[in-house]
Amino acid sequence: MEKRFMKGCEAIAEAAVRGGCRFFAGYPITPQNEIPEYLSKRLPEVGGVFVQGESEVASINMVYGAAATGTRALTSSSGPGISLKAEGISYLASAQLPAVIVNISRGGPGLGSIQPAQSDYLQATKALGHGGFRAMVFAPATLQEAVDLTYNAWEYAERDRGPVLILMDGCLGAIMEEVELPEMKVLNYDNTEDWCLARVGGREDSHMITPILPELALEMLNKFKGMTYKMWEMADVKVEEYMLEDAEYVVVAYGIAARVAKEAINTLREEGFKVGMIRPITLYPFPKASLDNLDYNQVKGIIDIEMTVPAQMRDDIELQVKGRCPVHEYGRSGGILLDDEGVYGAISDIVKGGA
Amino acid sequence: MPSYKRPGALLPMSTGYCPGCLHGLATRLVADAIEELNQQKNAINVVSVGCSALNLYSWCGDDIGAAHGRAPAVATGIKRCLPDRLVFTYQGDGDLAAIGLAEIMSAANRGENFTVIFANNQTYGMTGGQMAPTTLVGQKSTTTPYGRDPVTTGYPLKMCELISVLEAPVFVARYALNSPKGVMDAKKGIKKAFELQLAGKGFTFVELLTNCPTNWGMSPLATLDYMNTNTVPYFVPGVYKDKEGGKQ
Repeated sequence: MEKRFMKGCEAIAEAAVRGGCRFFAGYPITPQNEIPEYLSKRLPEVGGVFVQGESEVASINMVYGAAATGTRALTSSSGPGISLKAEGISYLASAQLPAVIVNISRGGPGLGSIQPAQSDYLQATKALGHGGFRAMVFAPATLQEAVDLTYNAWEYAERDRGPVLILMDGCLGAIMEEVELPEMKVLNYDNTEDWCLARVGGREDSHMITPILPELALEMLNKFKGMTYKMWEMADVKVEEYMLEDAEYVVVAYGIAARVAKEAINTLREEGFKVGMIRPITLYPFPKASLDNLDYNQVKGIIDIEMTVPAQMRDDIELQVKGRCPVHEYGRSGGILLDDEGVYGAISDIVKGGA
Repeated sequence: MPSYKRPGALLPMSTGYCPGCLHGLATRLVADAIEELNQQKNAINVVSVGCSALNLYSWCGDDIGAAHGRAPAVATGIKRCLPDRLVFTYQGDGDLAAIGLAEIMSAANRGENFTVIFANNQTYGMTGGQMAPTTLVGQKSTTTPYGRDPVTTGYPLKMCELISVLEAPVFVARYALNSPKGVMDAKKGIKKAFELQLAGKGFTFVELLTNCPTNWGMSPLATLDYMNTNTVPYFVPGVYKDKEGGKQ
């Protein structure tokens, strides 16, 4: 294990290379430019390919082509660019090609703001593109977690043959932290034999990859994907449960918002208030059980804290709470960061006010 | 001697194209070139959206469907990862010259080492005959019922002319498939483009003027005459750029 003090975007890029990424295509957009910049230097060092695409649209389609050859491929962007990539992400899902997409999110909607925000939860978890598919969505809260999730993202993408999204806001992309970098993965292409182009692994037969299917085949694919999503819920949920045992108030927050919320929770605990937190690490599959299994004789309220207004995760929370206690929300948006005072104040008002 | 066998690169099935459509012939010419260069097991066909997509199901070799207009981007991803393969896109004029204009110009400008086969029939065939970027002035379509008016819709895009002014491309040529000579020339041009790619020379672009009896509302024979009178004088066949042959 190698320790380095790294910036978020660069840590993700290095973790991707160590996780086997050998192709990147992307287009400049703030606040994720350090990812393509880092990879333009790093990928050639390991025999990989870096392409600066003419657009987000072209970049995701280059990734589609690279993925079809069995190469571990990556693209990164921020909200407005992810909207443009929506077409290609949907095609990846349809053609059953694995790829990893990083969204270092900023204020929205529209061109919005280049400052950090968690404004793309709904896009990430409900509709990364047209047609009704889902992608696994990882939302790290520390750079170490970002490194670990990125390093293993292709294992999920290849296992389920589809796109995987890493959703991180511009704040996490820009901060520097110490990270332990895992070893460079030794790539094994044997497992790609049956689905990639060009007879990789000495295969003799040819292969057709298609994003268009006859009706019955398409319905079968959709049914199969539906089963896959159910499997994710059973096997792949990642969540941090913090001080839930005796909690009377439960904060639900992910990524940067969870870090700020944790500080507030620790302060309130010192003051004697029983506050805990559920931190989804996979936004999809959502950690339904963590919320559903709370003891609602004990829990008096749920507080959804997000760096976006209005809160976007709230519907997913309410579907599990099922009216058993009130759900509150607090957030900032437009690129204005959550701060300790605001988050502490919001939680404290609810907890102390007994709302 | 001309061969009347089905090319080995095509599956023994119908192409699905309308009677009299030159897409079938264009597909065959590509398949012939692949077979003559013994590339059946090395070729990757990047298929686009539109009638050209029917191509996906007639191919023996590896093929992949791309989103509308994005075939040059997909081919970029493939060729950069597998530089020894013969990679080509097969695109229609709506796909290449309208929705995919950024992708084709940028791939050409980067000098990507793959071949683009561009079938130009001046219409959106699959969707029922709307105005294409290449529809001729005055030509009727379902969205230009009075004929294409350049005042509101501009002029037909000349892709060979546009691409040949870029530095990177090595071979840019246009052939009309409405005459035996045009067909024979096209076959040589496609083969030459593939040979240049296999030699690692860079971006090659072959435009094939084709027809659409169904959406032009003409008999197949009448489309060939229409092409002679209208299409060929505007989209002039010829080699627009041949770096290796000294034509810049």
